Amino acid sequence: MKRVWVGSFTASVVIAIAMLIAGSPSVTASDQPSAAAAEVKIDNFVFGPQTITVPVGATVTWTNKDDIPHTSVSTEGVFKSKVMDTDEKFSYTFTKAGTYSYYCTIHPKMTGKVVVQ
Amino acid sequence: MPNKKQDFIDQKLQDLNNDGVDRRGFLKCMAWAGTGLVWTMSGGIPVSRAFAKTADRSAGKGADFTFVQISDSHIGFNKPANPDVTATLQTAINKINAMPHKPDFIIHTGDLSQLSKPSEFDALDQVLKGASPKQVYYVPGEHDMLSDNGEQFLQRYGKGTKGSGWYSFDQKGVHFVGLVNVANLKAGGMGSLGHEQLEWLEDDLKGRSASTPIVLFAHIPLWTIYPDWGWGTDDSEQALSYVKRFGSVTVLNGHIHQIMQKVEGKVSFHTAMSTAFPQPAPGTAPSAGPMKVPADQLQRVLGITDVNYLVSGRSLAIVDSPLGESDPSSAGSGGSTGGR
Repeated sequence: MKRVWVGSFTASVVIAIAMLIAGSPSVTASDQPSAAAAEVKIDNFVFGPQTITVPVGATVTWTNKDDIPHTSVSTEGVFKSKVMDTDEKFSYTFTKAGTYSYYCTIHPKMTGKVVVQ
Repeated sequence: MPNKKQDFIDQKLQDLNNDGVDRRGFLKCMAWAGTGLVWTMSGGIPVSRAFAKTADRSAGKGADFTFVQISDSHIGFNKPANPDVTATLQTAINKINAMPHKPDFIIHTGDLSQLSKPSEFDALDQVLKGASPKQVYYVPGEHDMLSDNGEQFLQRYGKGTKGSGWYSFDQKGVHFVGLVNVANLKAGGMGSLGHEQLEWLEDDLKGRSASTPIVLFAHIPLWTIYPDWGWGTDDSEQALSYVKRFGSVTVLNGHIHQIMQKVEGKVSFHTAMSTAFPQPAPGTAPSAGPMKVPADQLQRVLGITDVNYLVSGRSLAIVDSPLGESDPSSAGSGGSTGGR
């Protein structure tokens, strides 16, 4: 159920981004990091990559590859995943530029950053 | 009369403290026998003896009361490291029920569940219903507070507790304090007790005689074992400063799924095995994730901790027992020491 929801959510975001790009011809691929969707894998209690740079409007998807549940929660309260058990995912779309620090609330030594530009 | 007795005990504790045995001496005394170690602590002086089957049988004899610590049952976990954690918890309870001395109560030091699901707590309750000690004291692990800030845990296991679930109680002259160091964890940090709980602890211990044996129990170790894996509690020093004046302090933790212990002054720290799956020794694996061992070895790295208290000697003896019966002579690989 959860994965279906994430999938459709991602799809709608991709459509939204496509519409955004179509309506803003001044934004070119060379100005921005190219990926409108980016992946962060949680493996061995580490967010990988620990810092990820994405363009405004990009959707970042976290996937838990560990046998132990993790979360991905913004330290500033911007986003908050549900608990992700093995192979479960969480996606968030970043609509504003900035640096977003986050951590696993279960294992707070696990930290990461999303740089949106 | 009681005062006279108290004076005598205080005097005795003082004598023990001035007998010239330093920390190195303590550690020398501590001999490991793989799967378990019995040690008796009296006024900060630990006396150890190797754990063997005979020691196991006699451990509870003459004790004024005994209790058992179980930890990290992770009900709901179903990965290869242990596909049936309910069965191994049941084995642990069977072992407790088969003890020649009936423990007065059980302490569960957290991570009852894997994902804080009602069905997981239900399954745990079902197994623990069959335990001969009817009184079980709980503190939550981080896995028990996943989705609802521990609301459900508190409803089920924390009635009458303070804050996120801390409390204290007395048993035959021993003061027990259950602490919560898994709530509101900060990014980049380790376990945390928090200001409110520390204030409560200071107040709770105030006015108690220094000769009162103190047992602190919490999920994450209250001593720093391995910061890289978050195996410690950021503000534990403060908590420990409140127990410094006591002659006998025992700290029981879980979380790291292996036996570790340390003696510092009059404070003895001890972590218990899990009933679900083992975790690697600090730094020996890429992460603290579940350690897979051959199926026939699993019950040697899971276990329970039996604690016996003698009023006369004012001492606590701790025996760690693996779930699987093993021949003491071949039991060398079952435990790990704080000396690593």
